[in-house]
Amino acid sequence: MDVEILARVQFAFTIGFHYIYPPLSIGLGLILVILEGLYLRTGDRIYEMAVRFWIRIFALIFGIGVATGIIMEFEFGTNWATYSKYVGDIFGSALAAEGIFAFALESGFLGILIFGWNRVGPRVHFFSTIMVFFGSLFSAVWIVVANSWQQTPAGYHIVGEGLNARAEITDFWAMVFNPSSVDRLLHVWIGAILAGAFLVLSVNAWYILHKKHLTIARPTFKIALTVATVFSLLQLYIGSRSADGVARYQPAKLAAMEGHYDSSDKADMYLLGYVNNRREKTLGLSIPGGLSFLVHGDFKTPVPGLRSFKPEDRPSQVNSVFQFYHLMIILGVSMIGLSLLGCWLWWKKKLFDHRWLLWIFAWSVVLPQLANQAGWFTAEMGRQPWVVYGMLRTSDALSKVVTAHQIVFSLILFTIVYIVLFALFLFLLNRKIQHGPVDYGTKETIEGGARRDNPLLEHEQAV
Amino acid sequence: MQTFLGLDYNLWWFLVFGAVISGYAILDGFDLGAGSLHLFLKKEQSRRIAMNAIGPIWDGNEVWLVIGGGALFAGFPVAYAAIFSAFYVPFMIFLVGLIFRAVSIEFRSKEPWPWWRRSWDIVYCAASIIISLSLGLMLGNVVEGLPLDRNHEFTGDWLSFFNPFAILVAITTLALFMMHGAIFLTMKTENRLFVKLHVLANNFIIFFVVSFVITTLYTLLYIPHLSDFFKGHPIYFLIPLLMTLSIANIPRQVKIGKYRFAFISSVITIALLLIMVALEVFPYLLYSPQIPANSITVYNAAASAKTMKILLVMALVGTPLVGIYTSFVFWTFKGKVQLDEMSY
Repeated sequence: MDVEILARVQFAFTIGFHYIYPPLSIGLGLILVILEGLYLRTGDRIYEMAVRFWIRIFALIFGIGVATGIIMEFEFGTNWATYSKYVGDIFGSALAAEGIFAFALESGFLGILIFGWNRVGPRVHFFSTIMVFFGSLFSAVWIVVANSWQQTPAGYHIVGEGLNARAEITDFWAMVFNPSSVDRLLHVWIGAILAGAFLVLSVNAWYILHKKHLTIARPTFKIALTVATVFSLLQLYIGSRSADGVARYQPAKLAAMEGHYDSSDKADMYLLGYVNNRREKTLGLSIPGGLSFLVHGDFKTPVPGLRSFKPEDRPSQVNSVFQFYHLMIILGVSMIGLSLLGCWLWWKKKLFDHRWLLWIFAWSVVLPQLANQAGWFTAEMGRQPWVVYGMLRTSDALSKVVTAHQIVFSLILFTIVYIVLFALFLFLLNRKIQHGPVDYGTKETIEGGARRDNPLLEHEQAV
Repeated sequence: MQTFLGLDYNLWWFLVFGAVISGYAILDGFDLGAGSLHLFLKKEQSRRIAMNAIGPIWDGNEVWLVIGGGALFAGFPVAYAAIFSAFYVPFMIFLVGLIFRAVSIEFRSKEPWPWWRRSWDIVYCAASIIISLSLGLMLGNVVEGLPLDRNHEFTGDWLSFFNPFAILVAITTLALFMMHGAIFLTMKTENRLFVKLHVLANNFIIFFVVSFVITTLYTLLYIPHLSDFFKGHPIYFLIPLLMTLSIANIPRQVKIGKYRFAFISSVITIALLLIMVALEVFPYLLYSPQIPANSITVYNAAASAKTMKILLVMALVGTPLVGIYTSFVFWTFKGKVQLDEMSY
């Protein structure tokens, strides 16, 4: 296989695997802040047990997120050296900013979040929890800024030619606030919060189904349901703003997302379908003129189709882009439906009466995960054949000195390592969930020598 | 060329990058050292304490690597591109080492079964050793230089990374980290474990001094150009001299039980070693011995002056912030390790 395909597969695989974890950190971070805030405000031990349980889960998720994230930072240099030289000025600054302003904050306070419960006062601990949450939000800022610049470059000029050409910053803030940054950042943040909220919903639904930890599971479920409802509805609006941005700045990507070829006619919006890129035809269930309405506000005005772009400037995997995009929307709508149904039953005071619904909630953790992955596949495959939209082609961005053998070697290595990691992650997550929240006793009883009654410590000491 | 306080931006960024890398070596150095000597500790309780000594802080220490990567990418993109694509294979092994180090700390405590914990102990120790050795190996090769073409692309073969000098640097790095880690652990432990670590620290000091002397002799005999700088600027001989004193001070402080001073000496030793490396290689980031004109320097690899300026502002704003909360976290977990229900 050629180096370009291998390097792309490797990037997609490593980033896709990594992206399971940071959104969960952001989303769980918000839940931790809410739970610990409630604990400080009410003094109710239920919230203490809940927050300390979720801190343990958070630690596991964060650990794997860090481990897989470091790979990403260096993969640009190893596999995409030409790209790195080309965008170092811009992309590099964003990564450096992420390291110093976001990741350092997050990792620094993480120690206190996880290990500091008995070491610092409750307010300092709460402050650390908030800092970890902010750190994860800031991380997303710089990563999304860097990626948005690849989608809609701004605030730069090109210096040099051929192999030595590169983009240099002319206006830092124009680079940061490039046309798609803000919408995409909000879109990513909300996707991440939904990932956290649905994880909490899932686990608590499972507890309620098995009649375990009910005093903790019910209030936590309601908190997560509130978060899920608010943010899944908000995502509908933010997501459509993102689509508007694509229509304005990346017309070829928009055309691929809807499998739209003909520029002279009104453009349809598909609910489901299949794109035959060879025959340039899309079949499926559609709203006639829907895409025209999204872009122009009426159902008649034509929208540029894929035929108006040179074949070498179109994404090659149109059907994949189409399917990922529609999968994301279907998942987004199902999250809205599910959370609204939950809220309605909550209002009717029947939230926990239907086992089938709780089973759906117990599995709902996969919805935001798949939606997040599908969204990124849409964004990144839809940007092809460009790595920096309209400026640098993916095929030109590779490392010149890296051979296919080396990439195959590292791809096999990462595949094995990540399969092992994922299996261990699921195993440990499951064990932690089975184990459930623990009553650690109040600080006074612990200090009073009652530590041995702590079931966790007991099994530690037995070893 | 734009300047700040009399030095040009490129030199400033080289100093910042060097400081970040030194910070990483000093901070993650003791984590890696503690990891590398992990299997010398035999009891479950000892291993738990040793792991919890770095538990709350290793993650923050690893951030310095992330910042260093970003600093190189942003300030010297050409060097970032050339170095990481050239070191493809050793770097991938380094990264896998980092993954396993991270997850072994995280996973080990999650199950009480002895086989589970013993397996993660081995993974943890092996990963720490592999990380230290591969770091040293890459450092050795960077110091020696790599064959580069006109576009600053690596033209050699990855098997050539395993040359005697680089292997010596790798072993010295491991020895240095093990010494550093053992001294760190003496500050965090009590009773019999503490006594054991005191003995281990002494052994690793010998290991380090021996490998350091051999590496130095090898450099003077076979790679004479690396000492050109010091021959040309005799005043800078002060640095190796200071470093020798600092190294000599380590066993002295360990002997009289002043572990904190021993640790500070060990920190100073790492910093001076890296300063020497920086002086020897500057202005090269990656030297090309065959065709020196193809070398990557802090000038031909640099980002634009505008970016350099933005980066320097970021460093000026960010460094004090990182300093404040890092000190706060270290202060929170100061003193001997106490295990509680949240510990690993």
